Amino acid sequence: MIKELAKSVREYKKYAILTPICVAIEVVLEILIPLLMAELVDFGIYAGDMNIVYKVGLQLILYAIFSLMFGALSGWFAAKASSGFAKNLRQDLYYKVQNFSFYNIDRFSTASLVTRLTTDVSNVQRSFQMITRIAVRAPLMAIVALISALRINVKLSLVFLILIPIIGLGLFLIIRKAHPIMKKVFKTYDKLNNVVEENVSAIRVVKSFVLEDEEIEKFENVSDDIYQNFIKAEKLLAANMPLMQFAIYLCIILISWFGAHIIVESNMSILTTGQLMTLFTYSIQILSSLMMVSMVLVMITISKSSAERIVEVLQEIPDISNPEKPITEIKDGSIEFNNVSFSYIKDESKECLKNINLNIKSGETIGIIGGTGSGKSSLVNLIPRLYDVTQGTLKVSGINVKDYDIKSLRNAVSCVLQKNVLFTGTIKDNIRWGDQNATDEEIIHVCKLAQADEFISTFPDKYDTFIEEGGTNVSGGQKQRLCIARALLKKPKILILDDSTSAVDTKTDKLIQTAFKEQIPDTTKIIISQRISSVEHADKIIVMDNGNISAIGTHDELLKQSNIYREVYDSQVKGSDTNE
Amino acid sequence: MNKDMKKHGPKIEKGTIGRLLKYITKNHKKKFIFVIICIILSSVANVLGSLFLQTLIDDYITPLLGVQNPVYTGLLKAIGVMGLIYLVGIITAYVYNRVMAIISQNVLKDIRDEMFIKMQALPIRYFDTHTHGDIMSHYTNDTDTLRQMISNSLPQFVSSAITIISVFCSMIYLAPILTVFVILFSIITIIVTRLIGSKSAKYFINQQYSLGRVNGFIEEMISGQKVVKVFTHEEKAKQDFDILNEQLNDDMFKANRYVNILMPIANNLGNLSYVLVAIFGCLLSFNGIITLTPGTLVAFLQLTKSFNHPINQISNQLNSVIMALAGASRIFKMMDEEPEHDEGYVTLVNVKKENGKLIETDEKTNLWAWKHPHHDGTLDYVELKGHIELHEVDFGYVPEKTVLYDISLYAKPGQKIAFVGATGAGKTTITNLINRFYDIEDGKIRYDGININKIKKDSLRKSLGIVLQDTYLFTGTIKDNIKYGCDNATDEQVIEAAKLANAHNFIEMLPNGYDTMLTANGAQLSQGQRQLLAIARVAINNPPVMILDEATSSIDTRTEKIVQDGMDKLMEGRTVLVIAHRLSTIRNSKAIMVLEKGRIIERGNHEELIQQKGKYYQLYTGAFELE
Repeated sequence: MIKELAKSVREYKKYAILTPICVAIEVVLEILIPLLMAELVDFGIYAGDMNIVYKVGLQLILYAIFSLMFGALSGWFAAKASSGFAKNLRQDLYYKVQNFSFYNIDRFSTASLVTRLTTDVSNVQRSFQMITRIAVRAPLMAIVALISALRINVKLSLVFLILIPIIGLGLFLIIRKAHPIMKKVFKTYDKLNNVVEENVSAIRVVKSFVLEDEEIEKFENVSDDIYQNFIKAEKLLAANMPLMQFAIYLCIILISWFGAHIIVESNMSILTTGQLMTLFTYSIQILSSLMMVSMVLVMITISKSSAERIVEVLQEIPDISNPEKPITEIKDGSIEFNNVSFSYIKDESKECLKNINLNIKSGETIGIIGGTGSGKSSLVNLIPRLYDVTQGTLKVSGINVKDYDIKSLRNAVSCVLQKNVLFTGTIKDNIRWGDQNATDEEIIHVCKLAQADEFISTFPDKYDTFIEEGGTNVSGGQKQRLCIARALLKKPKILILDDSTSAVDTKTDKLIQTAFKEQIPDTTKIIISQRISSVEHADKIIVMDNGNISAIGTHDELLKQSNIYREVYDSQVKGSDTNE
Repeated sequence: MNKDMKKHGPKIEKGTIGRLLKYITKNHKKKFIFVIICIILSSVANVLGSLFLQTLIDDYITPLLGVQNPVYTGLLKAIGVMGLIYLVGIITAYVYNRVMAIISQNVLKDIRDEMFIKMQALPIRYFDTHTHGDIMSHYTNDTDTLRQMISNSLPQFVSSAITIISVFCSMIYLAPILTVFVILFSIITIIVTRLIGSKSAKYFINQQYSLGRVNGFIEEMISGQKVVKVFTHEEKAKQDFDILNEQLNDDMFKANRYVNILMPIANNLGNLSYVLVAIFGCLLSFNGIITLTPGTLVAFLQLTKSFNHPINQISNQLNSVIMALAGASRIFKMMDEEPEHDEGYVTLVNVKKENGKLIETDEKTNLWAWKHPHHDGTLDYVELKGHIELHEVDFGYVPEKTVLYDISLYAKPGQKIAFVGATGAGKTTITNLINRFYDIEDGKIRYDGININKIKKDSLRKSLGIVLQDTYLFTGTIKDNIKYGCDNATDEQVIEAAKLANAHNFIEMLPNGYDTMLTANGAQLSQGQRQLLAIARVAINNPPVMILDEATSSIDTRTEKIVQDGMDKLMEGRTVLVIAHRLSTIRNSKAIMVLEKGRIIERGNHEELIQQKGKYYQLYTGAFELE
């Protein structure tokens, strides 16, 4: 896992290495300060030698200034390294997602991908910074201080050697008990947020069913759960600080007692009072470093799950990739389904298309009709290879779609998705998605085809009108027509409209159909619709039912042969016929 | 993070601290005082520990130097006393940490619960005018910073302050002149750290802004990822992302570098002052300006350390405290929002008919009446029938912008009234007024002849069944969701309601049937299936009046026919107000209102409107586009 993440450090490696080096220097200087201080006390203060005070004092001042410099530098480098690392990590994830197939995207779900790219990256970044600084600083501080202490007096340092494992064990036990509880708390937090989220978005439902009190009860139950668990964890963690104090105080007392003996008995030759003071400082430094280590460990385990989620994305293998010798030319718009079966989750028992056989000639107009979940969208999504067939073969222009260069295939097969999106930017920017290098004339041309030019011209800024995120400032019908125009700009061999004129009025819909027939006669057009009027003039209409093709034929043929088709027709057309 | 924050930095309302403290003192006064006492004891024990060094060196080590057969009983006694003092320090530290944890969790729970209760009482207007993200952030970000503050910063603040005071007293006692020196140096440290802190605050706002932009971009692009793929737009998407990502990197570095250097600088300034005090102390004492024993100097040096430490801690915590207070301000602001007013006094009760008179009863009679108390103390029962009348109603969401003009209409019990019109014509607004999500500005709305302002909102809303265009399902089983408004419904009633809405068939097909768990607003169901559940949810409540706001718009026409059959059964004998996109579903309405720009421009039944050859005729023949 760490290896995978470390790949994202790249050009910031320099800073990632310099940071701990600077930290190390700072630590050594900080340990040297109490050591020199002992000298100052013993030879300066006790001996009353002002020269020594000046000499050692100057040295000390220099040490403190250097320590300050290196400390600041380490902070500086750490900022550089961690924000750079986060940048690269975000970029790696984002690039990876760009390579994902629809299957990969479905598997993670959009919302979870967004979390992984935002919150999780921030968490990992925080840990990264922590590791390069504190995770280096704290243990190093403990070790260097311990070595220095040993050099002052081995016997007294035994106090540390005995206390460190005991305290370490104590801290470890507390954390091991508290950590699972904390984890549970965070899980419960998600539950709480879920309740709030539901209530905020469904407040109309809550209020119209007059269920405020029940929702409050629901909330308070979860809230109480958090409270109980939190208290449990915090009660355990409350022992952390006193445990530390206990260790430090015990050190001071033991060192005082034994130290006093040594000083007196050796008459300051083995141990001096200055050194005694140094040992006190070290005891605080060593033990608080231990505390830091334990805190860092907790932080790292918290961000571990974030790291895991990120690595999952990084290690996901895009399920659709280019063949070895990709064919880049798509000659015509003929399509052939041979015994095609398909399942979104690659599970044969959950197939949403079963054994489809279908031949579409280049330039034909095909209508597809059928209920929700009948497999209409699945069928057309296979053509530009948004998903791979589970079984059977699918050929475009006589060649298996898997042999084409994906980019060329998708440029030749233009698909207007059911759940379509416009992006923040001007209308022109959005249409240009079809072709980056399109001229203004070409853009206007496709908009005319899609019957969008008319309403665009009524906007004060015309083609430079700014589209808000999600396209909220144009109506549903206008949005659909813009999406069609965008797809047309690709000059596709095959054009697929997946329920893309549902919000367009029937008159305009007819105009679009006519424009298609007259202006792009060679393009194969596949039109999925709920509305009979959108498909009735197609060369062939496919009626889908439950993953199967239930009937194929022209409008008139189907009226005679297909019950489903007739039912749909009746429900829509009958009424208006009598009144028109 | 709140939008205000990006622009102006954290904003703290006056009185926030006091209000927060009130939460602590309201229910936990004794405990809190106890905590303060413990903190004082523990800090004092800590300071006495530093002072002990002086005694140790001056009284027990120095005198013994060079003495034959030194006697350690004095030392032993002193250490024993010290051990006791330390013990008190440790115990009090443990106690206050523990009690404080309980207090802070209690306070947080109180705030959390109160926030949610207050939120439930807020009018729909609040939810319509605040983004969900903003409201959610009160429960996530704001509560989170508050938790940090109450459980960490607050006790640390108190203990730091007490330590500073007691150390200061001890230092004055040991060496007043040196103390002045230490104080001066501390002031320098504070100034330097504040300077760096304010610099970093500026860049932090930039960072927050850039982070918001990058995250927003990621959200938009990943949500539209399928479109990106269809248009093979991956390379362009990468380029645009890189630009924003680079900017974020830049801002993030600038913000973090100041934060990162703050600690080492403060720390080492502490070291520096420690060294300077030693030199300065020697200088003074050697020149005989002041008399300092070596023990005093050593102890003083230790105190210097103890003095710098809490100051650094306070300046470290200051930022998080400011953030937390800003969060608390926002939470309190939401709590202070005006709740929904309910001055209604007419309530809905079960009644039974005896000799043609309505008698109130606790039994479930399926017969309901409005209980109408009058000023003179008499009671009146009006049978609930579902007669709705709007009389010259004007309304605007904001005072200066009227969106409904002079709307008058009535629906007699059992009638179906339809609303047709473009998005923004005011269809949904009318239904919002009937269930009093919003209150009308002018005119009157009467329900069974009673002004709806007099009806208690609970009763009013219970008598109205509503199906919205966007279905919201709750985490829980399908059964839970169907009996959402009717907790005590039996399984039979649930199935009956599901059958009525034609949802029974698909529910049976699910692996766990009615016990299938729904998560994330029922994401595993199709839009149509969710809609069917929402209809079943209303059906089980059996309300006399139903409002269907584009209830079938997301269902395909074939399924719609199935749903429509169920709905027709459901609508029988009820007053129905229906907003529909597909005109085929409303043809059989008693009356159709065509709305345009907040006014009813045509009204009549289907045949009449077709004959008028007006807007409705255009819509119906497809010559005009809705939305």
